[in-house]
Amino acid sequence: MEPLFNYFILSLALLSVGIYGLIAKRNAIRLLFSVEIIINAAIINFVAFARYSETPIVTGQTFAIFAIALAAAEAAVGLAIIVQAFRLNNDIDVLELKKLRG
Amino acid sequence: MVFLVISLVTLIAAILSLESRELVYGAVALALSFLGVAAIFILLDALYLAMFQILVYIGSISVLIIFVIMLVRREKWSTIKSGNERIVGIVTALTFFLVIGYVSYNSGLSNIITPNSSIPDFYDIGIQMINDYWLILEVTGLVLAVSVIGALTMAKIERKN
Repeated sequence: MEPLFNYFILSLALLSVGIYGLIAKRNAIRLLFSVEIIINAAIINFVAFARYSETPIVTGQTFAIFAIALAAAEAAVGLAIIVQAFRLNNDIDVLELKKLRG
Repeated sequence: MVFLVISLVTLIAAILSLESRELVYGAVALALSFLGVAAIFILLDALYLAMFQILVYIGSISVLIIFVIMLVRREKWSTIKSGNERIVGIVTALTFFLVIGYVSYNSGLSNIITPNSSIPDFYDIGIQMINDYWLILEVTGLVLAVSVIGALTMAKIERKN
């Protein structure tokens, strides 16, 4: 099998792509894409480090399942917020959503 | 070799999901990226988790995202120009990747070559989830229920004027 470092680098690259999306994109749905990519990178790390630990454990997979379930909840709430913002403002450009600005 | 192909597909699909001109194609590329992550799980001997990933991510989250995109689609989104933000984002992401990669390459992380011999199966996951982490399981179920209620409540708010 591959050494652990390859999985780590893949996870790090996915995390970097997600950070780039969070900084550079203005569309709210693309920000949600970025958050999902970052969560996937974290889950890869959970599973890989559990597989390569010295004693056999499954805690990484257990917490990966919890993380996937929470990501599903987060996507549902995020998409509901996006639909609501679109209905109120007719736009989902995050630079145009200024109603909470003090 | 298999790992290289799968990770390249995952990364390119992730970049494409952020950079594609049409948002629906981006959602499909995101589903492809999730599928690549599921293949990574299979390479890591986590078959149950790969199935769970395909069910939840591709089966529900991607389909939900595609439905929402079809609800709120506008033609002008493909013409939004992002100016300085793109350069700032690329520089930040590259700096992050290089710094963390360099530091971890020089740490003891790159010495771990072989995985442990026993392959965990989903039986162990269920035992551990019920015995050790039952409270987290309950709270996760509560969070899912609350998020469904919150999404439904937000969907019912009417426009004021």
